[in-house]
Amino acid sequence: MAESAAVEARSVTKTFGVAPDLVRALDDVSVAIEENEFFTLLGPSGCGKTTLLRLIAGLELPNSGDILLAGRSVVHLPPHERPVNTVFQSYALFPHMSVAQNIAFGLEMRGLARDEIARTVGEMLTLVKMQGLDARRPGQLSGGQQQRVALARALANHPKVLLLDEPLSALDLKLRQGMRGELKSLQRRTGITFVFVTHDQEEALTMSDRIAVMDRGRVQQLGTPLDIYERPVNKFVADFIGDTNFLEATALGEEGGFVRCRCAGGFELLVGGIPPAPGATVTVALRPEKIVLHPGGAHGTVTQAVYVGTDTNYVVQLSVKTDLGVRVQNAVDGRARFAVGEHVGIEVPPGAARLLKD
Amino acid sequence: MTEAALSPMPAESLAATADRVASARARMHRRFLEIRWGLAGPALLVIGVFGIVPLLIILVYSFLKAGSYGGVEWGFSTAAYVQFLFERDIFDEQLRFATDYLQIFARSILLALGATVFCLVIGFPTAYFMATRPASSRNLWVFLITLPFWTNLLIRTYSMMLIIRDEGLINDFLLWTGLTGRPIVILYTDFAIGLGLLYSFLPFMVLPLYASLEKLDFRFVEAAFDLYATRGRVLRRIIIPLAKPGIVAGCLLVFIPAIGAFITPLMLGGGKQMMIGNLIALQFGSSRNWPFGSAASLILMALVMIALIIYVRSSADRSKASHG
Repeated sequence: MAESAAVEARSVTKTFGVAPDLVRALDDVSVAIEENEFFTLLGPSGCGKTTLLRLIAGLELPNSGDILLAGRSVVHLPPHERPVNTVFQSYALFPHMSVAQNIAFGLEMRGLARDEIARTVGEMLTLVKMQGLDARRPGQLSGGQQQRVALARALANHPKVLLLDEPLSALDLKLRQGMRGELKSLQRRTGITFVFVTHDQEEALTMSDRIAVMDRGRVQQLGTPLDIYERPVNKFVADFIGDTNFLEATALGEEGGFVRCRCAGGFELLVGGIPPAPGATVTVALRPEKIVLHPGGAHGTVTQAVYVGTDTNYVVQLSVKTDLGVRVQNAVDGRARFAVGEHVGIEVPPGAARLLKD
Repeated sequence: MTEAALSPMPAESLAATADRVASARARMHRRFLEIRWGLAGPALLVIGVFGIVPLLIILVYSFLKAGSYGGVEWGFSTAAYVQFLFERDIFDEQLRFATDYLQIFARSILLALGATVFCLVIGFPTAYFMATRPASSRNLWVFLITLPFWTNLLIRTYSMMLIIRDEGLINDFLLWTGLTGRPIVILYTDFAIGLGLLYSFLPFMVLPLYASLEKLDFRFVEAAFDLYATRGRVLRRIIIPLAKPGIVAGCLLVFIPAIGAFITPLMLGGGKQMMIGNLIALQFGSSRNWPFGSAASLILMALVMIALIIYVRSSADRSKASHG
């Protein structure tokens, strides 16, 4: 690699507590984050994503492994000597300081000149659209405003890397959706590498350049949002991101670059993925919105129809033990296309389903 | 039913309803007052009988003439307050400015201030240590801090004498090691009093400091580290400002009782190095000058109150200034 990654974790392991209560928060994790990238660590709570972020910030020390910033090992440096800044989940705005004093804090600590600090604070207030609120205390601000101040306080230092620990989780839904766009455009304009931690898959999919899906202290899959959603490598990723049907199937053999599988109810589909030995039992992941239903078929019976606005979510019973979730866009007049009890045929385009490792 | 509710009410019934509501409200208000006074009553009674009334007696006595064998003679006099600053010459009855009592006050203030400062310097790291222990073991540390209260202050002060006297533990050790040839005099000095005050009042500093440090959100500390603050700057800019209520409470809880301390200076100062408490006790004892004892008490109270008012004013100004 000609250029070194903005942030790199090399076989990092971090444990908390002592046996028998030992928790492996990170288990031999290696990640390379490129410059100017919006990189997201996604996973359920306790998966180690926040721990990895704190290791990069220097707020925790790894048991083993190395943390590099721009190719330089920083694992031995205290947080105040690392060129990174953090937006904390709870914002951690200093309650005894005004908005302006909060934003100026990092600049003061680095010993910048008074007029330069004042100028930067002004720029940051403009950047996050908080002009005129510089004298307020954090306690006098709304959640969204606090969020902006926390961003401004971190960005004022022009860090190489900005670490964001679930910064949107404390906001209400409308505000959160608005902030997504703002964060993304802020990252584009400033050209700063963003490392973003979240448990919200929608947030991750809409904002990220690349996503590392984590579970139980390991990176399960690393790729673009498209990769992660369309080609999940294992059951955890397929289950965590979006809705998925998991079908037990028997591999029949290769066919035109796909694998032909036979599922319960007797219908066959062409599945993407590495072909297993013919006759093997495999798990197939199938997104509900990729399935096409035909009226009057014989594959299954509609047993449930739930209206969700743009679409209707159906449950189609294939056999006594196997149900299939199907998402179908509603007709122009909003009516559902199928009724409960209707017999339907199922069509799955070749490659729409994926073979999974466990 | 619906029709009846919708149709306009007759005028007299409206008035009757208003009356009923008013009387119910008055009843509720009366009941509310009863409850309020019932709850506050016992405390007010105790404060009144054992707090306000004695203070009034002290105030009255300080303006009376001293009786020859203690007590007071009824007759207005400012002699007690004059005596505080002036001395009447035995021969020509002239008043001369005398600093004896002022010196006792000055010593008391300095000793109390010193004890407060050292309590803060020692107590802060202690409280910080306690507050940063795992939650499960914090109660144990609090318990250990309160352990000295299990024994009488008199006994503890006496034990202290055994440690610091000329043939005490410290001097025995110093002589044994040969660091000194003669014992160092510690007991019956101002230093001994200061040491005693520091020891007696340290828990009163540690406990409020601990209470405010325990509530401190250490994410602020992490955020400051993340914003390039060194350890010293995190302490000065984040931890100390956020722990300020505890610092103020601790300082008041040490300074106020320390300035009026009685047992500690009596035993460790040997009666030679007096503090205000000893001066007051003396007036009601062997000096038999109750008015002067009362005046000294009131002057002490006034000093403490003035210091408090100045503090409250200045901190109010500062918080106003930083808001504007």
